[in-house]
Amino acid sequence: MANRSIPGPPSLAALFLCFLTIGSTSFGGGLLGWIRRELVERRGWIDDQQFLVFYGLSQMVPGATNVNLSVIIGNQLRGVPGACAAVAGLLLFPLAILLALGTLYFAMHDVPGSRLIAAGLAGAGAAAIGFNLATGIRLAQRNIRRIAPALIAGAIIVGIGVLRIPLLEVLLVMLPVSLVVAVVERAR
Amino acid sequence: MMATLLQIAAMFSVLSLLAFGGGAAVLPDMQRQAVEMHHWLTSREFLDMFALSRTIPPGSMIVVLIGQKAAGILGGLVALFAMFGPSSLLAFAVARVWHRTGGAAWRETLERALAPVSIGVTIASGLALARSTEHDWAAYGITATTTLLLALTRLHPLVAMGAGAAFLMVAGGRG
Repeated sequence: MANRSIPGPPSLAALFLCFLTIGSTSFGGGLLGWIRRELVERRGWIDDQQFLVFYGLSQMVPGATNVNLSVIIGNQLRGVPGACAAVAGLLLFPLAILLALGTLYFAMHDVPGSRLIAAGLAGAGAAAIGFNLATGIRLAQRNIRRIAPALIAGAIIVGIGVLRIPLLEVLLVMLPVSLVVAVVERAR
Repeated sequence: MMATLLQIAAMFSVLSLLAFGGGAAVLPDMQRQAVEMHHWLTSREFLDMFALSRTIPPGSMIVVLIGQKAAGILGGLVALFAMFGPSSLLAFAVARVWHRTGGAAWRETLERALAPVSIGVTIASGLALARSTEHDWAAYGITATTTLLLALTRLHPLVAMGAGAAFLMVAGGRG
């Protein structure tokens, strides 16, 4: 990681704007894909390795994973103010939209055009799931080089995605397994 | 009013720390407390709000609507801070510990261990989501097409999401 050229930390305003963009584009879903696209691919503020570690850490803490991830990335780039800027940027636009929707809903117990909006959001949501899946595939192509890590990722995909075992239970088993593999591979 | 705000703060800050794997984990508890215990809203309203907020990032934003119904806009803001505050502080603490241990040998090992797990979870959550939402053939088609296009080409994700939205709006309009 040390030999890769990572630009200096962004300004707080740039960090805020980056997460404002992410929060505004991820209606329907795809938040994880947007975070990687904006921070790793487009701006190069963090690399894939850091992204994966931070995502892993944010899973282990309760709460909305993407908010945790924003806190951790913001803190990494600009400390406490950075964490605040990232979360504020992420939440600002969705919060404004939601308060407006709520006001409409409470006024008339319905939101005009809601069926059409719901259909649109469902379509965007279906595509957004594809965006997150594609992000996972790209990450796998670039970061999994050996058979053991590939098997670990595969087991998690089957466990959560197909067998529907709860995330926490899968993590409690697979994280230690992955640790043992990493220790063994390191010793060789 | 003040009492309601305190109740909102107390309820969501506890749920915040129980929401392992995200807000979906505590949704049933949220419904029980908001509807049956505090009577802030009806079951019907809870479902409507869930539908309204489901696709709004970053998830768990239903808390804003519950808070808003119970105590106005201020209630919504209190609910937001209570739901994301405690878990964010935990995430921050974890990040700090991580940061401070830079260069330690075990950290590189942990980094290598986390990478395949994170990649697995990313793909698995996508699959789980596709299977849990009311995915019909049209939605599966959109998801599969988008996955291929975005993994293999440089297509902008917004184009894919716009196309998906337009497709279901037209298809839904006919049905």
